[in-house]
Amino acid sequence: MIRWMRANLFSSPLNAALTLAALGLLYAALPPLIDWAVIDADWRGETRRDCTGGGACWVFIRARFGQFIYGFYPAVERWRVDAAFVVLIAAMAPLFLPGVRRKGWVGVGLVLLFPWVAVGFFAGGVFSLAEIETGKWGGLMLTLIVAGVGITASLPVGILLALGRQSSMPVIRALCVAFIELWRGVPLITVLFMAAVMLPLFLPDGMTLDKLLRALIGVSLFAGAYMAEVVRGGLQAVPLGQIEAAQALGLGYWRIMVSVVLPQALRIVIPGIVNVFVALFKDTTLVLIIGLFDFLGIIKAALTNPEWLGFSVEGYVFAALVFWMFCFSMSRYSARLERRLGGARRV
Amino acid sequence: MPQVWYDRRYRAVLWQILAVAGAVLLSWFLLGNLFDNLARRGIASGFGFLDSTAGFGITMSLIPYSEASSYGRAFMVGLLNTLLVSALGILCATVLGFGIGIARLSGNWLVARLATIYIETLRNIPLLLQIFFWYFAALNALPSPRRSYEFAGGVFLNVRGLYVPAPALESGLGWLVAGALAGLVAAIFYLRSAKGRLAGGAAIFIGVTGLVALAGGFSLSWEFPALRGFNFRGGGVLIPELVALLLALSLYTAAFIAEVVRAGIEAVPHGQIEAAASLGLSRRRILRDIVIPQAMRVIIPPLTNQYLNLTKNSSLAAAIAYPDLISVFAGTVLNQTGQAVEVIAITMAVYLFISLVIALLMNLYNRRVMGKGSA
Repeated sequence: MIRWMRANLFSSPLNAALTLAALGLLYAALPPLIDWAVIDADWRGETRRDCTGGGACWVFIRARFGQFIYGFYPAVERWRVDAAFVVLIAAMAPLFLPGVRRKGWVGVGLVLLFPWVAVGFFAGGVFSLAEIETGKWGGLMLTLIVAGVGITASLPVGILLALGRQSSMPVIRALCVAFIELWRGVPLITVLFMAAVMLPLFLPDGMTLDKLLRALIGVSLFAGAYMAEVVRGGLQAVPLGQIEAAQALGLGYWRIMVSVVLPQALRIVIPGIVNVFVALFKDTTLVLIIGLFDFLGIIKAALTNPEWLGFSVEGYVFAALVFWMFCFSMSRYSARLERRLGGARRV
Repeated sequence: MPQVWYDRRYRAVLWQILAVAGAVLLSWFLLGNLFDNLARRGIASGFGFLDSTAGFGITMSLIPYSEASSYGRAFMVGLLNTLLVSALGILCATVLGFGIGIARLSGNWLVARLATIYIETLRNIPLLLQIFFWYFAALNALPSPRRSYEFAGGVFLNVRGLYVPAPALESGLGWLVAGALAGLVAAIFYLRSAKGRLAGGAAIFIGVTGLVALAGGFSLSWEFPALRGFNFRGGGVLIPELVALLLALSLYTAAFIAEVVRAGIEAVPHGQIEAAASLGLSRRRILRDIVIPQAMRVIIPPLTNQYLNLTKNSSLAAAIAYPDLISVFAGTVLNQTGQAVEVIAITMAVYLFISLVIALLMNLYNRRVMGKGSA
């Protein structure tokens, strides 16, 4: 113990000073923080009058929890959201079970079928489910919807764009490069503004697209362009001999890409793909700027409620914690994959 | 099927013709809709609106601006504010990011752990949330002007913003500019010579600038902020929106820059350091002459990328009404004129231009660095 401390904390005068400074910082910051968040905090109650401890008022989170998760979705219908997520998890289970064959097809089937199930559950209007317009969707549910749609749509869009960018046909290549660089060069906000105020002007008279749908299109194309660059890295890493060998076997372009190149290319860039997912998940918060109430948006709205004024620290800390858990677990997963794949390739 | 169909070259030509035709048809369809819709809703088109009077105020502007100014002027104000917050953010994030990146590799266990915690916390929380936290939670808790926190050198912090002393020009601005130009030329000449070092170049630049400016009679006085009535007067003020945005952008981007720096330093093979140590070089010289030059080659491209991200992320200013390009131009101007297409197109073009310029500079730099002494 003492030897470890000497080696790692007090190896030189400078290091000792740094250690002491860091300890001082921790001493100044940690006790008040723990007092505020745990010891003096109030956990039980209904209204702000129950917050008497002088610390954090977690009652606020508790009282508004349902709204933070479901937005303005009617309380009696919330089971539908839960049901859709249960269906999703049940349908995804085969992907993670060992021994299930043809996982690729299960995945493709899931991507093609589940959106209809989800829309049926969320929007209603079928099977005597009451209709609920997208304006009522919100909270963590909306965040997960935007992230989920963005993630699933960006992958095929990104793969197609990356293939186009690597294509030998100059016109296709130019179109893809222009598309990718255009989306990557502008901030997501301008894309969302475009989806919100400019896209309706481009539609034929009488045709309207739901605001949420427009935002989803914007987010998907934006994420697709970033995905394309990640996938391109993978395509470039596949040895040319693989393609030549497949050509020598007489395979056509699409057969070569689907059976030979993409399986290798995507495996190499899985960590990069997960990183795009993490970035996309964080970027979903931007939809609040065009007036959708995602998880952050609904918390921000709740903070302006006169009954709960002055609890912004609690609200934002809670939001940060939730976002952090999602993003941190995703980036850990990506780091683990990176180690595993890196180890496998070196052999 | 005719024989031609099976010829790869003809098929390629056919596909490309189809792609172009598809793109043309799609844009024709969309533009047709657009003109129909614009005509139906009576929205003017064209860029003439840039000359008409804006009629709204902007809380912060680097160039003279009033409600009587034109929309084009408002655009310039927004653009300059975007560039200002980006430049300041890049500066702070770089300093902080290099510090934290080096701290993460420190032999001191506690310091390395703290740096890791900082990085993993900050980069996994959405930037917009961090901006809200600083603006609505942290800065709102600051005291009123009468009870401001006072820092050394006449700097005051309160709920209305950060008040700093501002330089007030007395005379000789032209000499300062001339001095800076002369300094730049001298520094470039020095840097291009074989012995050129960045620190020496900076010293030459500052020295020449100062000498020329002082010789020409350049003088400057500092104007300090002072409490008058309910608020501070004089000096410069960073409005709370700017402070919050700057804090969030720098702290967030610093976490990413720290990772870039760490990866760059770790990319230098350990044998290089051992070889330098066995030559008897001091730790300082190993760092300065062996590690940093090689690490920088790895660091610069992703670092530029982070700068670009920061510039694009500064557009989140719109969420807290810092008057940047998005909030002034794609927000207020768009709402007043209704000319969504022109406004969004200009806004996107500006960001695209910045991105392309930075990408171009990066490619040039990359070519230079890769060409010099790479194996």
